[in-house]
Amino acid sequence: MKILVITEQRQGKWNNTSFETLAAAQQIAQETSSSVIALVIGKGVEGLANEVAAKSVAEVLLVEHDLLEAYTPDGYCVALSQVINSAKPDLVLLPHTYQVRDFAPKLAALLGKGMIGDCIGYRHEGGKLVFVRQMFQGKTAADVTFQGAAPWFASFQAGAFRADLVKAHPSGKAPVNRVTVELKPEQIRTKPLELFREAKSAVDLTQAPLIVAIGRGIKVPENIPQAEALAKALGAEIAASRPICDEGWLPMERQIGSSGQTVAPKLYLALGISGAIQHVVGMKGARTIVAINKDQNAPIFEIADYGVVGDIFEIMPALTEALQKTK
Amino acid sequence: MKIIVCIKQVPAKDAPLSIAGNWIRESDIGFEMNEPDSYALEEALRLKEKHGGEVIALSMGPERVKQTIKEALAKGADRGIHIADDNFAQLDPLGSAKSLAAAMAKENSDLVLTGLQSDDHGFGQTGVLLAGVLDRPHATIIMAIEVQDGKLRLKRELEAGWFQHLECPLPAVLTIQSGINKVRYATLKGIMAAKKKEIATISRESLGVAVQPTQRVEKIYVPTKTKKTEFLTGTPKEAAAKLVEKLKFEARVI
Repeated sequence: MKILVITEQRQGKWNNTSFETLAAAQQIAQETSSSVIALVIGKGVEGLANEVAAKSVAEVLLVEHDLLEAYTPDGYCVALSQVINSAKPDLVLLPHTYQVRDFAPKLAALLGKGMIGDCIGYRHEGGKLVFVRQMFQGKTAADVTFQGAAPWFASFQAGAFRADLVKAHPSGKAPVNRVTVELKPEQIRTKPLELFREAKSAVDLTQAPLIVAIGRGIKVPENIPQAEALAKALGAEIAASRPICDEGWLPMERQIGSSGQTVAPKLYLALGISGAIQHVVGMKGARTIVAINKDQNAPIFEIADYGVVGDIFEIMPALTEALQKTK
Repeated sequence: MKIIVCIKQVPAKDAPLSIAGNWIRESDIGFEMNEPDSYALEEALRLKEKHGGEVIALSMGPERVKQTIKEALAKGADRGIHIADDNFAQLDPLGSAKSLAAAMAKENSDLVLTGLQSDDHGFGQTGVLLAGVLDRPHATIIMAIEVQDGKLRLKRELEAGWFQHLECPLPAVLTIQSGINKVRYATLKGIMAAKKKEIATISRESLGVAVQPTQRVEKIYVPTKTKKTEFLTGTPKEAAAKLVEKLKFEARVI
């Protein structure tokens, strides 16, 4: 089998989840006696292609074009469908980034194929690949298989594989082969404009050693002071899952998750957070995770070191009091 | 502007899920409008209020999804289209997109909106695939829409607090990020008005869409734990005391 990994860069900087997906590809290749080809797409990205060529891959495909300097879904779909038609991979793997979500399903459909997105793992069983992804906001896992002929497309969730496990090339460097693509300006219908960040946030949660985070379980904004009192007793920063910030109950800069900040504090105390995938990717690197939730089946407990099943409105004040006593 | 909003009905957030093969036992639970789609609906209603036109709520599924279409009508959508299919949960994303595209073929819409993903399958592909099937430009995870000189000026969310502006011609397909707006509630007047609004029902088979699944959900199950969670029990006071003890002397994080 031939596995193609489509890496991601923006303005010449890697999206590091590319290497997680490369690690997954190497692992699948080992189990299925397959070869791995890495693809770098953009403009002026030869340096990145050389960098990935030092990893254990059979070949690196370098796809460059003036019209690929800034990402557009049309540009990527037109260019990559040509590359896939000529390289004929069996399996195309991508990191499950916002950019991949934007173009990869369309790319697969252009070729009459489907994509299994946001996978957290895979199994190789009876000569067949089974991909594992989450459903119902992480409450269930699902085994998904491809139907029909190759190429098959799959994307892996951030953190599903470890980038530091990418194997280096056994004898130096793989060949970097340039692939020419035909791309006309009129084929690109959207016009990308400037990239920007909103006003610089006053808090940098990535530097906070202790974080108390609230989710939907807090119910109404009037309950937030209880969580803030607990955070104060702990000496922690307050943070939240997306719905709380969407409601405007806490500023967006306090949001943890795929669209907010990614944190890895010493302690992450999750109050009334169910543990949807989008939140978990932003905090699963925490050293110690405590979850307090009324639903004992909440997915947050799958990654928690300590759990309390109960009413946060009873436990928050009790915990605040217990912490104050230890001071 | 004619806007079609694709709305999925999904199990209610707090519904206890009971697994049956590759789906859930539907008889035991309540259903509601997929939350990301409720933001897409709100955005469509706001665009109509600003620029005029029509909002059509499109939903696929068994009879029960009519309730969600009615909710959209009560909030201000002008009419509804229901693609009737009792087995729609078995469709893969491409099958869903092809069916939705066929149902909206005669409508000549300017804009199609969807939420960025559903809270049940969570494929997050329908909007993008729909754009592919309709051969329209698209943009995803949208946080702001402005209509200028017959074009869209959009704010797209990227990861880690980054955003990008982009321009997109019409007709187009957009997937809407949750939190783009504040979703309205249906008023009593809206609920009364909705009773007179039309819901056209078409069966999915009658659309004549050949569905060759590209993927299949074999089974769903409660995920196996990767970490061993130590559960602390007792009264709230006891659990709190145990937790402080653990954090201090075992995890040593406080």
